[in-house]
Amino acid sequence: MQVNDFLRYTIYGLRAQRLRSFLTALGIGVGIGAVVLLTSLGEGLHHFVLAEFSQFGTNLIAINPGKVTTHGISGALVSNVRPLTIEDTENLKKLPQILDAVSVVQGNAAIEAGSHQRRTTIYGVDASASRVWRFAVAAGRFLPDDPPRAARSFTVLGSKVRQELFGSTQALGMRVRIGGELFRVIGTMESKGQLLGFDLDDAVYIPASKALALFNRESLMEIDLLHSTNSSSTVVAEQVRKVLAGRHGSEDFTITTQEKMLDVLGGVLGTLTIAVGALGGISLLVGGVGILTIMSIAVNERTGEIGLLRALGVGRNQILALFLGEAIVLAAIGGLAGLGLGIGGSWLVSLLVPALPSHTSWGYVVSAELLAALVGLLAGVLPARRAARMHPVEALRAE
Amino acid sequence: MIHLQHIERIFLVGDEEVHALSDVSMTAADGEYIATMGPSGSGKSSLLNIMGFLDRPDSGSYELDGIKVSELEEQQQAEIRRHKIGFVFQFFHLVPRLTAFDNIALPLMLSGMKQEERQVRVNAALAAFGLANRAGHRPDQLSGGQRQRVAIARATIMQPSVILADEPTGNLDRSSGIEVAEILEELNHQGITLIMVTHDPDLGRRARRQILMVDGRIEHDKLWYPEETAHADP
Ligand SMILES: Nc1ncnc2c1ncn2[C@@H]1O[C@H](COP(=O)(O)OP(=O)(O)O)[C@@H](O)[C@H]1O
Ligand SMILES: [Mg+2]
Repeated sequence: MQVNDFLRYTIYGLRAQRLRSFLTALGIGVGIGAVVLLTSLGEGLHHFVLAEFSQFGTNLIAINPGKVTTHGISGALVSNVRPLTIEDTENLKKLPQILDAVSVVQGNAAIEAGSHQRRTTIYGVDASASRVWRFAVAAGRFLPDDPPRAARSFTVLGSKVRQELFGSTQALGMRVRIGGELFRVIGTMESKGQLLGFDLDDAVYIPASKALALFNRESLMEIDLLHSTNSSSTVVAEQVRKVLAGRHGSEDFTITTQEKMLDVLGGVLGTLTIAVGALGGISLLVGGVGILTIMSIAVNERTGEIGLLRALGVGRNQILALFLGEAIVLAAIGGLAGLGLGIGGSWLVSLLVPALPSHTSWGYVVSAELLAALVGLLAGVLPARRAARMHPVEALRAE
Repeated sequence: MIHLQHIERIFLVGDEEVHALSDVSMTAADGEYIATMGPSGSGKSSLLNIMGFLDRPDSGSYELDGIKVSELEEQQQAEIRRHKIGFVFQFFHLVPRLTAFDNIALPLMLSGMKQEERQVRVNAALAAFGLANRAGHRPDQLSGGQRQRVAIARATIMQPSVILADEPTGNLDRSSGIEVAEILEELNHQGITLIMVTHDPDLGRRARRQILMVDGRIEHDKLWYPEETAHADP
């Protein structure tokens, strides 16, 4: 039997029961649509988050005080941990592979300008921050390369803070009070948007030493290093560990390479995508049960036809193939409709919620369609086998 | 040539054995026209099903054109049935969603013949059976006689050597029935072996050879010479 004839025969069969076939295909369609839509969103989220994290560069290494063990963060609150200091940062800068290093202190404080006031996130950093984090300044300039312990009281405002405090008036050169201390605004940042719910624009940058004093802290919260692309992050991390351990007398800090962070993040998001895909898989299962039911009914109704086909010299195997094929075609049609639903749906989502971009990969699309066909195949096995095993004489008598 | 020897077909109904066929032996030469008659339940259909190997005998042997069919696998039997045997049924057994054309083309399609070739064969058959202007009609748009003609066209489209017709006129009015019988007889004239089960004695008498079945046995198997009839009927 030729393929196009098979398809025609099958389509005629399905068309003879339009509503029923439509509903069954719809079941599979919804399943496939859900799989495609959800995995697209999952993938999109994955890409999005990875892009957000690597916008700061991919050769970053972060050092935090305290040692993270497999049992969780210990040490951070324990007194025998030596503080991370600005001197540590300066020392690490001397390593040949380290291109730049930023001391980071973070906290919340009020910032006042004239009658306007706002509580915001204060980042104590130094001149390197704009290079390491790839921050771009919209107006003025970033913090100058002052001696770290004797930095002048300059500040750079995030775009939202600038907007809230100064509106459309000039901010550069103005004086502001941060936690009671006076600072002069020397620059404003470009808008960076949000990262996982954190408003990166609702921030103010001051020198790290000033922030330590402001928050009355001894230790930096983090040192971020930018290393050259020639050396692997593990090698650099090892050198950093040696230098710092030498200075501190023990390893009372934690080194996280960006690579590792992205790995962990990727793992989590990958799991999320799979979980979400599994959810769609359940609806596929339901669709499969629908096909099983419909094909069983079809085999019952067409018992006479099965008898006739046998009388015309069709063997059991061909009967099996005919009904299996019909189940697969039905599922594949549903699958195609589902691909339309899924791709259209994810397009719609990315249109309505631009922050949540979707990403439909062809690999998923093709495997989703194959999956639909497979569901049809599996669901068709039982009814098709029953059709093939019928006794032709009994089948003929059924009509 | 059909050659049956000591065919037994037993059905179990509850605890009871029903001998649908018991010790049936017969031979049908190529091109013969045989009418099979007998009361309801006497085993006529069972015999036809065995001859078309839609059913297997419980014992006995069956040869078709020298092939020992009862020893073959199901797939091989299907293959032989496809090429050598045409079934015609009382209830036509047309596929309701297919047109007359597609119903007739069904065996060709199933055996993988190309569309263009099919077109020629089926159009010729439609014309031969007086269905040329019914090609696009579905079974429910055809009369009983037309349906049976479609079924006969389908049964003969593969050019079989045997036609097994189980009460082909049983569901038709008298004139349609005679028309269908004439068509089958015309096919027989062209050399096809025709074995026809019928209830109708008038129809049965048209065959040269008549078999009477009773209780699963062949009661009479006689050749009827038209000359004799002519002598008896002045
Ligand atoms: N599948 C079956 N199961 C049980 N008994 C059957 C079956 N098929 C036929 N028979 C019995 O076999 C006998 C012959 O049946 P059949 O060949 O159909 O007779 P006919 O065609 O002459 O009316 C009947 O008694 C019938 O009840
Ligand atoms: Mg019968």
